[in-house]
Amino acid sequence: MPPATNETDSQSTDQKVVSYNFAYLDEQTKRTIRRSILKAVAIPGYQAPFGGREMPMPYGWGTGGIQVSAAILGKNDVFKVIDQGSDDTTNAVSIRAFFARVAGVRTTTTTAEADIIQTRHRIPEQPLREGQIMVYQVPIPEPLRWMEPSEVETRTMHALEEYGVMHVKLYEDIARHGDIATSFDYPVLVNQRYVMSPSPLPKFDNPKMDQCPALQLFGAGREKRIYAIPPYTAVKSLDFEDYPFAVQHWDKPCAICGATDSYLDEIITDDAGTRMFVCSDTDYCGRRANENRSTP
Amino acid sequence: MYVAVKGGERAIKNAHALLAEKRRGDTAVSEVGVDQIREQLSLAVDRVMAEGSLYDRDLAALAVKQARGDLVEAIFLLRAYRTTLPRFGSSQPVDTAQMQVRRRISATYKDVPGGQLLGPTFDYTHRLLDTNLAMPAEGPAETSAETASFTGTCPKVLSFLEKEGLLPPEEGGDSPPGDLTRQPLELPAGRDIRLQNLARADEGLLLALAYSSQRGFGATHPFVGELRMGEVEVFFTPEELAFPVLVGEVTLTECESVNQFTGGKDRPASFTRGYGLAFGENERKALSMAIVDRALRSGDFDEEVRGPAQNEEFVLYHSDNVEASGFVQHIKLPHYVDFQADLALVRALRARTDKERGNAASDE
Repeated sequence: MPPATNETDSQSTDQKVVSYNFAYLDEQTKRTIRRSILKAVAIPGYQAPFGGREMPMPYGWGTGGIQVSAAILGKNDVFKVIDQGSDDTTNAVSIRAFFARVAGVRTTTTTAEADIIQTRHRIPEQPLREGQIMVYQVPIPEPLRWMEPSEVETRTMHALEEYGVMHVKLYEDIARHGDIATSFDYPVLVNQRYVMSPSPLPKFDNPKMDQCPALQLFGAGREKRIYAIPPYTAVKSLDFEDYPFAVQHWDKPCAICGATDSYLDEIITDDAGTRMFVCSDTDYCGRRANENRSTP
Repeated sequence: MYVAVKGGERAIKNAHALLAEKRRGDTAVSEVGVDQIREQLSLAVDRVMAEGSLYDRDLAALAVKQARGDLVEAIFLLRAYRTTLPRFGSSQPVDTAQMQVRRRISATYKDVPGGQLLGPTFDYTHRLLDTNLAMPAEGPAETSAETASFTGTCPKVLSFLEKEGLLPPEEGGDSPPGDLTRQPLELPAGRDIRLQNLARADEGLLLALAYSSQRGFGATHPFVGELRMGEVEVFFTPEELAFPVLVGEVTLTECESVNQFTGGKDRPASFTRGYGLAFGENERKALSMAIVDRALRSGDFDEEVRGPAQNEEFVLYHSDNVEASGFVQHIKLPHYVDFQADLALVRALRARTDKERGNAASDE
């Protein structure tokens, strides 16, 4: 049986690969990515094209987020990776190990300790603070894609602020289902200008993006787009006056830590289909469970 | 009591160990060498070099071995390596007219200067399993003088049509060609970018698109003006020297297709050309590429766009198998959170419907 490894430093720095540049990408490539990031920050919600590179992980595994992280990581940064809210899902483990290996940076699972948090599908429950950077992995950066498959068309629609189709889509949902039938990747309006895909976050997390003190960067590797929400920017989930935006809620608290304010995963625990609900954010849940134990 | 799932790290390590074991297979059977793959599975190696966009037979063979023969995976391995290599410049354009041809055929003329040269082709083999190959041959195979490689150059077949004025010559622009591996794809793409995209494109996709175009989805009836395969020399002009230096030779397959064009506004009737070029012996790829290249030129000739093969955005955005394979397969990664969001939504919508039905029933 292999020896237990330290959960915080998943790969020790002595295993660092010397044949690659710091954080894998060469400095020239990092510079081009940083230029695109700066452009994206300057125009909140705008999808800036960038010269994406092939990474040693497949497209769809977070290559956009990985390239953004690689371009902004400094030697003293503390790095956290979550997938589905958890630090321990296989791909989060793999990406964390990659950066521990090619950059030798310190990694953590604690949200408050991290300088850079790369994520897929969740924003941590603990509020982010100034100076932190969220890096989102994005599969399809174009919020209008399901209404208009052509990239040439959608870029024009953004340029002309032509967002009628999106409102029609939401309206049709209400007409057909009685409610807006979008539960994740719920479109937002950034800085009163660009309609933006928040990546496939559950809409539960959308309000966390609004006026967030942290910088939020979005990387789509395959589609070669970077977009951003600078700190303290207005991010509004699209809705109607008579059908206001609302987030998911659960009837039960988390079965492990008792939280009533967190996003819950549904776990099937036996063949009869018995279900339990637990926090998707494992760092948040673990810390709360510990506090519960120490203060009986 | 349920405990949050942990242990992803050890699971990954174990999966890698199992993968290595499966790669090796039965240890009673001797291990295949990279040199054996390079020499005896050379068409697999060529495909990996072409779509991996890196001309290195040894690394491509290694990738085939490491990928357990999965060529799309091998292409990915080579691409991921290629992206880390420094760029020190661009070679001179290779001159395929100077190719030392090993195969050269034309379907448009019975005979052409330089002749028809079949070369190592499957074309006229009878596809009968050769049980003799199941046993290793004894001793080295004999090479007769007649099968020894022809070496020599021969003129480009389409140059004769060009001289007659029936086929416009291709003109290179003054600006250096774009590079998709450095810049994101932007539409409309120039022909340089289109051809680069097609040269890296998945062979299976190009084959299907070419086929669809031949069957009527954007019909173009192509003739193979010339198909040639052989070695060309690569020259590079270093910054500190004013003259080109020979840096090596590469094997290429080139296809030029000829299509009829009946003329249009201000243009007399003439022929048009589709172009395909791939590393190595890659005939199916080069041919398919030429047909798709021509289909994508519909705009140049005021032709109606009727099929997917003519749609630049459709073809260029979906041609890369490293991108496609990644995105299609990423759906096996965890999606617990989004699925939970959909579960909650579907339950809420059903509860609403049930309530409305209940209300309707009590109204009756």
